[in-house]
Amino acid sequence: MLRRIFSYMHQYKIYAVLAVFCVAAESIFELIVPVIMADLIDVGVAGQDRQYIYAKGIQMGVCAILALILGVGSARFSALAGQGLGAELRKAEYERLQAYSFSNIDHFRVSSIVTRLTSDVTNIQNSVSTGLRPFCRGPVMLVSATVVAFTMNARLALVFLVALPTLAVLLFLIVKNVRPLYSKMQNAIDLVNRIIQENLTAIRVVKAYVRGDYETAKFEEVNLNLKSQSEKAFRLAALNMPAMQIVMYGTILGLIWFGGRMIQNGEMQVGELTGFLSYVMQILNSLMMISNVFLMMTRSMASGSRILEIIDEKIDITDQDAKDLEVKKGSIEFDHVSFKYKKDAEEEVLTDITLNIPAGSTFGIVGQTGSAKTTLVQLIPRLYDVTKGEIRIDGIPVKNYPLEHLRDAIAVVLQKNTLFSGSMIDNLRWGKEDASMEEIREACRISCADEFIDRLSDGYDTEMGQGGVNVSGGQKQRLCIARAILKEPKVLILDDSTSAVDTATEAKIREMLASRLPDMTKIIIAQRISSVRHADQILILDDGKIADIGTHEELLRRSPIYQEIYESQKEGAQL
Amino acid sequence: MARYIGYKRPKDIGRTLRYLIRYLGGHKWMFLFVAVLVLISTGANIMGTYLLKPVINRFILPGDVTGLLKAVTGMGLLYFVGAFATFGYNQLMVKTAQKVIKEIRQDLFAHVQKLPLKYFDAHTHGELMSRFTNDVDTVQEAMNNSFAMLIQSFLMLTGTITMMLVLSVRLTLIVVVFLLLMAAFIKFNGSHSRKYFQRQQEEIGKINGFVEEMAAGQKVEKVFNHEKVDFERFCEMNEALRKESTNALTFAGMMVPTIVSLSYVNYAVSACVGGLFTLSGMLDIGSLASYLVYVRQSAMPMNQFTQQVNFLLAALSGAERIFDMMDEEPEIDEGDITLCNVENRDGKWVECEQKTGNYAWREVKDGRAVLTLLKGDVRFHDVEFSYVRGKKILNGISLYAKPGQKIAFVGSTGAGKTTIVNLVNRFYEIDAGTITYDGIDIRRIRKDDLRRSMAMVIQDTHLFTGTIAENIRYGKPDATEEDIREAARVANADSFIRRLPQGYDTMIYGDGSNLSQGQRQLLAIARAAVVKPPVLVLDEATSSIDTRTERLIEKGMDAIMEGRTVFVIAHRLSTVRNSKAIMVLEKGEVIERGDHDELLQQKGRYYQLYTGQFELE
Repeated sequence: MLRRIFSYMHQYKIYAVLAVFCVAAESIFELIVPVIMADLIDVGVAGQDRQYIYAKGIQMGVCAILALILGVGSARFSALAGQGLGAELRKAEYERLQAYSFSNIDHFRVSSIVTRLTSDVTNIQNSVSTGLRPFCRGPVMLVSATVVAFTMNARLALVFLVALPTLAVLLFLIVKNVRPLYSKMQNAIDLVNRIIQENLTAIRVVKAYVRGDYETAKFEEVNLNLKSQSEKAFRLAALNMPAMQIVMYGTILGLIWFGGRMIQNGEMQVGELTGFLSYVMQILNSLMMISNVFLMMTRSMASGSRILEIIDEKIDITDQDAKDLEVKKGSIEFDHVSFKYKKDAEEEVLTDITLNIPAGSTFGIVGQTGSAKTTLVQLIPRLYDVTKGEIRIDGIPVKNYPLEHLRDAIAVVLQKNTLFSGSMIDNLRWGKEDASMEEIREACRISCADEFIDRLSDGYDTEMGQGGVNVSGGQKQRLCIARAILKEPKVLILDDSTSAVDTATEAKIREMLASRLPDMTKIIIAQRISSVRHADQILILDDGKIADIGTHEELLRRSPIYQEIYESQKEGAQL
Repeated sequence: MARYIGYKRPKDIGRTLRYLIRYLGGHKWMFLFVAVLVLISTGANIMGTYLLKPVINRFILPGDVTGLLKAVTGMGLLYFVGAFATFGYNQLMVKTAQKVIKEIRQDLFAHVQKLPLKYFDAHTHGELMSRFTNDVDTVQEAMNNSFAMLIQSFLMLTGTITMMLVLSVRLTLIVVVFLLLMAAFIKFNGSHSRKYFQRQQEEIGKINGFVEEMAAGQKVEKVFNHEKVDFERFCEMNEALRKESTNALTFAGMMVPTIVSLSYVNYAVSACVGGLFTLSGMLDIGSLASYLVYVRQSAMPMNQFTQQVNFLLAALSGAERIFDMMDEEPEIDEGDITLCNVENRDGKWVECEQKTGNYAWREVKDGRAVLTLLKGDVRFHDVEFSYVRGKKILNGISLYAKPGQKIAFVGSTGAGKTTIVNLVNRFYEIDAGTITYDGIDIRRIRKDDLRRSMAMVIQDTHLFTGTIAENIRYGKPDATEEDIREAARVANADSFIRRLPQGYDTMIYGDGSNLSQGQRQLLAIARAAVVKPPVLVLDEATSSIDTRTERLIEKGMDAIMEGRTVFVIAHRLSTVRNSKAIMVLEKGEVIERGDHDELLQQKGRYYQLYTGQFELE
């Protein structure tokens, strides 16, 4: 997984290499400086040579400056590499998200997508930026100090051959065992966060039903779980330190004993022993650094796998059968279409739907809550793919159109619609990027949005605020319709898009659509009979099946469901 | 290592510390013990280095093998104790930290449950969440590592400086100068990188906002083929963030190498000067050698000490934000009138234990319980209310709902419909006037009991992760399977639930995103129906439900709410048509009141709405 994450470094790889070089070069000074120092004392001071002392002092000063340059360089390069990796990861995730189909989108919650794009990436990039230095220093110090130790006294250096593997095994065991504990801890954190999140969003429900105590008890449970999981993980990770100390102290004692014996037998000098001891520290310290980086990486790997989940999500709607085609007229045929959201789901959401919508006609859909009206229309622009059967536009299967053209030709005004922050005109231009002011005004006239926009002091430049909070429900719906019309689609689908618009305005929108855009196929899902009664055909969906299709008059005559809906609304105004 | 210096400093360290001590107080012996263990561990480390010289001089050079063996054994013992102490304080610290953190998290959560809705309106979820995540995390990290490391590095630093002072006071002055230089640099670097981190934070904020909006509107983006344009904007922000964070991390990353280089210079200067001292006979060569070892050692703890101080400050400011939240005033609840079950014994209502479906308000007067039968008579007398001081939402509203009546509110967004029902159960406190419930001022009723006496279905259905049955049971913890089914039938949810693969045991994830909006509303209604409350509030509860289903629900609800008070808020006039009294609200005032036919005759605003001449905005 590490390798996959790092493969996203792309053009920033060069900086990673430079950073590694700088760190490695810099750590050499850690070894050179003590050697210069030894010379200064052994030759300069012992030989009473002032010039030599100054020379060595200057040498050390030069080393310090070089080390500083390399150090600053390593900081810059590792920041470039780490943050570059982060930027590339975010880009890769975002790019992938854009290719998602509706069912892919349904897999992830909005909040989870946001954390995967932000804090998870931050975790990775920061552990690279800060981990790179100790991670490179470690091996360089390890190798060079070992080499120096062996050249100094190979026999005494044998002590390392016991100490090094022991520590390596200990640290490896810790890192290996702590990894699953960390991921368990991460799950516990997710659980705690989920409970808090749900509680915060539903705080009114909690208060209305006086369930604060229940919620607190529920939280206590997950909180306790998190406590024990993180205690386990951190306690194991905390063994790092004593393990390192035991091995280090053991090595020191070994060196003193064997080294002392060698000195006593005249096989070694005192200076050599003290030199040895300082290398021991360096070697073991470097191992410690490596294991610390591993521990840190292990934690950020949890983030890594969450990022890869976004990137690895299998996209189920693609352009693979597309030919170079465009929608010409906009007639729609459903040919024995069935649909399930998940392949392994038992129940079909739509069953055996066959219908024919001629180009330029108006098609109404009514039905109970949960009768799959929305699902039905979302199959047309391939927001979801059919499970069985086929949908054809102008006689050609939808799979044969490139997705971009298909969705350009079919405008959907979603039930749960969104406006974005920015001005009203920015939002309208979503439909057509280079739309002229005249085109925009025309679209707003058709959707009857011009009435209220003209009344606003800033007109079309009114700022929307996130989610379009500055306009009422009915106004928002009219804007969304205008946005869709601007696309100049062949097919316009209105999914319960006029529910908050008053009936008089709704009737006006209907007339405008019919007179100004006669060639456009219009599909209207509605709760209100008044919204669809003028349609050329009305489909009644019942539990994912066609209950009846006909004109208003026909259905009123023969369909009991339609009669019932009609009755339920007749008394309550023509809503 | 991946921690950064928070750019916000704690404002009132004293108060935060007092709070912290309250949490740590229970573990004060533990902390003392940890401090002692750190002392032992660090002492063993320093002692070991110190002992090297005498061991060499007394045993190794004279060739004393048994002495050497004894010395090595002694040192081994010392080291063993040291390592054991390290093990001990690490484990203890983790254990204590987790315990304290758990307590803080728990208290914070419990406190949040008591905060008034006003607080939630004024803060975003992200903000509140970050108290639980980021702030608690920094405190935890600081306790896991910084506390012990701070003591340790302080001991190492003072120990090393003492040793140097013993060896040569004058030479130590050089080191002190360099240590001060290092400290100054650390401070300089800290304040500069804070600036960069702040800029990085701003960029992160921008990109977060963008991603949040796009993730929420992803389906619209698809429908409009708008991916390319958004991707370009995203790339711009992404690049800006990359630049800022690279700068921030470069600055932060420069700290350690600069300190190391400074320590080389320090080393060089000390060596030269020390060498000259030795030449002039002020110092012997052995002392110079061991002195220089200490010089080398002094940079690390210095570095560590300042870093830990920064981490601690960051943790303290995190803790401060946590405790600020805990200091927020909880909801006022001065009421002492409680709700109790009553049964009819020989024509008289008497208090009883078991649930009878009848309730009474119980007030203690002169040591005697006085019962008032709960009927659901709600009255507003000249009620004024504002969410923000000076911006009046309700302007002297008076209204009454007689027991058993169905009262409907109609009006534009912002007219105050939802506000009125939110005042009845005291989600918010009124500015002036009174609200009475069965003749009792609602402020005298204990809040929990007040809310228990009514069920609310709000427009945004909030479901919890759990099974469908659990979600319906939310309204009434002791509801039986049969109660749940019954409520689901009333809400017309039974048929769709039974068609789900696991029926009532089907799991709902993340606010019920696997259900349609209409289905979620049906569940929310079932959740209220299971309570069979004396008063029911339906705030746009059926907005996403088709009219036919709505009528079926209405019938079911009418049956269980027979003789009880129902408040209905709706956009759709078909929803409110059958209400006893319909109130048309505009700008915080009741402009029309009457039943459907009366209002139509008045030919006022209701008539306009009804005939489709007016749109609710």
